[in-house]
Amino acid sequence: MLWGAWLALIALFVFCWQIMTEDTIWFFVTDAPRQAADIGGRMLPPRWSYLPELIQPLWDTLNIATLGTLGGVIMAVPVAFLAARNTTPSTTFLRPIALFIIVASRSINSLIWALLLVAIIGPGLLAGIVAIALRSIGFIGKLLYEAIEETDARQIEAIAATGASRAQVLNYGIVPQIMPAFWGITVFRWDINIRESTILGLVGAGGIGLKLQASLNTLAWSQVTVILLLILATVVLSEWVSARMRHAII
Amino acid sequence: MASYPTTWRRPPQIVKDRRWRLTLQIVIVIYLILAVGTVEVNWARVYDGLERGQRFVLGFLQPDFSSRWRDISQGLVESLTMTLTSTVVGVAISIPIGIGAARNLAPRWIYYICRSIIAVSRALQEVIIAIFFVAMFGFGPFAGFLTLSFATIGFIAKLLADDIEEIDEAQAEAIRATGASWWQLVNYAIQPQVMPRLIGLSLYRLDINFRESAVIGIVGAGGIGATLNTSIDRYEYDSAGAILLIIIAIVMVAEYSSSYLRKFLQ
Repeated sequence: MLWGAWLALIALFVFCWQIMTEDTIWFFVTDAPRQAADIGGRMLPPRWSYLPELIQPLWDTLNIATLGTLGGVIMAVPVAFLAARNTTPSTTFLRPIALFIIVASRSINSLIWALLLVAIIGPGLLAGIVAIALRSIGFIGKLLYEAIEETDARQIEAIAATGASRAQVLNYGIVPQIMPAFWGITVFRWDINIRESTILGLVGAGGIGLKLQASLNTLAWSQVTVILLLILATVVLSEWVSARMRHAII
Repeated sequence: MASYPTTWRRPPQIVKDRRWRLTLQIVIVIYLILAVGTVEVNWARVYDGLERGQRFVLGFLQPDFSSRWRDISQGLVESLTMTLTSTVVGVAISIPIGIGAARNLAPRWIYYICRSIIAVSRALQEVIIAIFFVAMFGFGPFAGFLTLSFATIGFIAKLLADDIEEIDEAQAEAIRATGASWWQLVNYAIQPQVMPRLIGLSLYRLDINFRESAVIGIVGAGGIGATLNTSIDRYEYDSAGAILLIIIAIVMVAEYSSSYLRKFLQ
């Protein structure tokens, strides 16, 4: 039985491999090491004089990530309360809708959101911010509604027993319990958003990705090196900041 | 009679000093004003776009599966085959790297090599890797396959290595005490403990790889993303809507079945 499953997996792999490589031009593949060496040669040394031009796009990238996270949080909080089994007003009607919003937002990558939004509202920072915000709903919403469902029911009952209204139960019973999780999730998502917003420019949604796209199009590989190193430094820094902040909160 | 407070406020928890809290809040407000200020909105362009947005929503509600079905199905087949092959290859490569990156199994120098491979693979975005592989291997799903395999290594090897480091040492100790060799140790003490988790992670990665395969097509690495990119470029929103619905449906199916399978395995 187990061996059968492994065998089936191998057969499936071979079958998929056949279909996938049908159109592969093997000459390009065998040629790849030379191409790699060629690109590597062009990438070095990095053209450091390009760095000052990157400050403004980097600032834009940070803004896309931060404002996008803010927008995502604002939209995700109500969705999370509608999706959590213990706070939703109706489990038969509203909960599936909220869950669908979460899944839809999670399954479409921010680059695809950006592609759509650039087509709809035009290139620029706004498209990037909205793309990041729409993408963040699913992540924040999912983690937040799980946190809401895991709240301690006894505390909520205690508050309800004092004759508190629904809003008061929410405010004093649930919100204090999920606050640390909320901040942790938000900072975590901000960190992911920095990472994602660096490439949004590839489809025209602003930020440092625009410079990357421009350098790639003109085959200015020595500039690509500078951009990639800057992106790497930003990502590492934001990861460090977010780890420190989450450590302080939780 | 003592007067009791009638209202309650939770004391602040993160920044305790009132002055620091105030400065922090002011700094945040200033940053937000500056950040919002950098966003230049061309309202005329947005207004133009509203009509297009409406068309997109309409296209999403009335998806057109038929007129571009050949392109869509080809993109879908590329994406799905790419996903499966890259996950299998990625996991196969991850296992030795993951074992090498576990502190309790590998010698120091192998540990550092494997950890740095993982760090490189995790730090680079899939899309950026895809750009390089497309430049080296040409357009098409083969570049996508390589990209996803490479990205899989960072994910699976890291989690596997962390898992191996957290195993129950008593069992490993017991096997060691019988005079087992290193291979026997891995085979009888480590593998049974991490196998269910590894299968679970591979299924999860399969799910992620499909999502990513929809993206890397935008930079030319084949798959459904390329089809989607083309249809949006041509403003064929009904086809784009159909593709997005297919992606959402597959991701939902993959997510539910993988979480079901993982529950079944554990």
